[in-house]
Amino acid sequence: MTARRFWVFIEQEQGKVHPVSWELLGVARNLASQVQEEAEAAGVEVLVEGVLLGHNVRGIAEEAIKYGADHVYLMDDPVLEHYRNCPYYQSIVAVAGKYQPEVFLIGATTLGRDLAGAVATSLGTGLTADCTQLEMGTVKGANQLLLLATRPAFGGNIMATIVCRHHQPQMSSVRPRVFPTPAYDPDAEGKIIPEDVDATEEGARACILEFIHAKEDTVDIEYSDVIVAGGRGLGSPEGFELIKSLAHAMGGVVGASRPCVDAGWISSSHQVGQSGKTVRPKVYVAAGVSGALQHKVGMQGSDFIIAINTDPNAPIFEVADVGIVGDLYEVIPAMIAEINARKEASA
Amino acid sequence: MFHALVAVKQVPDTTNIRIDPDTGNLVREGVPAIMNPYDAHALAAAVEWKHKLNGKVTVVSMGPPSFTVTIREAIEMGADRGILVSSRKLAGADTLATSYVLAEVIKAIHAEDPIDLIFFGKQAIDGDTAQVGPGVAVRMDLPIVTYAVNIRAVDLDDDTVVIERRTERWTEVMETPLPTLLTCEKEIAEIPFAPLPDLIKSLKYEPEVWTEAGPVEFDVNQIGVKGSPTIVYKMGTPPLPEAGEKINAREIGVQAALDFTFGKAEEAGVLSTMLGGAE
Repeated sequence: MTARRFWVFIEQEQGKVHPVSWELLGVARNLASQVQEEAEAAGVEVLVEGVLLGHNVRGIAEEAIKYGADHVYLMDDPVLEHYRNCPYYQSIVAVAGKYQPEVFLIGATTLGRDLAGAVATSLGTGLTADCTQLEMGTVKGANQLLLLATRPAFGGNIMATIVCRHHQPQMSSVRPRVFPTPAYDPDAEGKIIPEDVDATEEGARACILEFIHAKEDTVDIEYSDVIVAGGRGLGSPEGFELIKSLAHAMGGVVGASRPCVDAGWISSSHQVGQSGKTVRPKVYVAAGVSGALQHKVGMQGSDFIIAINTDPNAPIFEVADVGIVGDLYEVIPAMIAEINARKEASA
Repeated sequence: MFHALVAVKQVPDTTNIRIDPDTGNLVREGVPAIMNPYDAHALAAAVEWKHKLNGKVTVVSMGPPSFTVTIREAIEMGADRGILVSSRKLAGADTLATSYVLAEVIKAIHAEDPIDLIFFGKQAIDGDTAQVGPGVAVRMDLPIVTYAVNIRAVDLDDDTVVIERRTERWTEVMETPLPTLLTCEKEIAEIPFAPLPDLIKSLKYEPEVWTEAGPVEFDVNQIGVKGSPTIVYKMGTPPLPEAGEKINAREIGVQAALDFTFGKAEEAGVLSTMLGGAE
């Protein structure tokens, strides 16, 4: 039964998995491989394990195995159909008590953050939020490798590496898109382990009366291939019309820097950065974004970055693949025309 | 009587944090300390419901003596009572130790003067962890509603509250029994201008300061550094990314700048992605 267990919370809502779950299985596999040698010497098994809660979600457990889980603990119960804090954290805490995981990773989504703090507090262990680097490393005084959890602090000005020395599981939350999606192996084999669920409807102490689906102006920017982001350099909220036009021409979505969101120019669902979302699109266009560190930490993982700014010394140019010094109100209309011309030419 | 408790934190205004270009150190001087913006909106919501239900608002904060400024600000915004939990023994607390102290303090207040709603901001802008609110809820064994954007109804006869919370995918309308702990988005309430009587009251107001000497007795193993499972193991500066090429559209012209850009995009293999939109 002794094993070093690397746990990942498999997040699903209404049967739809949040892809951060797969990203974290990739991270957990990587961490597990780093302790392989140490574990072998001690004669201990190393396992990557998913924890899945919901109702009628067995199919997701099978998917998790293809993304690298050796085992998936499945808690399937009508009480768990929709995420609610109490029944979820209590069920997880019970299973964690039984298997004693060494590391536990949870996506830093709205659901994951709601859950992670409750689980960590209940287990009396440490939790590091929004990690951008995770590795197993030697810590003075520790008799085995520990999780070194690195996260940006002070708006990204400093990277702080946090360790949790005397408590397990060592917990971290990780934002979507900080790590890549691991390979999907259709032939991977693993085991689904059903666990009893103790939760009751009364114990949930929360009743979801209604789900209201957003009609407009909320956007899922994290998994878009193209993002066109506007910053304070737009000068006014109307500037986002131009940003939208370019995003439309490129088949992308609109992003924004924090000052624009704070000023009420655009809703927070568009915000990129430390206090917004982390993104890694194939193409990121930053228009009129100065490039404060807190913005850069949220988008520097993008494959190809185009920055447009009138200030040749704007820090955004430090992360751009191509930096265009110029007025976005001249450059963007020309860019839209160029894109449309090229599309027509190839059509 | 309706009783709301609001937990507030003083934070450096991170929008103003700068790095000294010569030393690479954080410039702390001149960085103003403010009430965490999410907490300010949470407080505004609590005050709104205080007026609707003819109730009262208690504010709690944990931190050094300088945090009394933030308590006074809360009084100015309409809170009736402010408590600062302050002691050197509490310093160095991570989120676990912080949630312990706040939970013990709120329990003590609740025992004397029962609380209906406990408000937190969704997160503090200096740490961005969003962990303390859920931690306090667990320690007090209360239902929690995070990312609250609207309180629809508070029913003191039925002891229930109906709150809208916004997740990435939708808005959930949740009904929970009182007392409930909620963590708030800015949309929960607008921050109003302080009425003159509150302004005057705040100037004279002396926050209560609670320490490890009382009135709450803390377990020394659960506070400060000792009660914190996580430690900062090392600090470093983020790796500098490799800057690409910079061109000046004013010098070479917009079209030439675009030709260059699309050429680079083609080299990087993303040109087709850039042309992926609708005609």
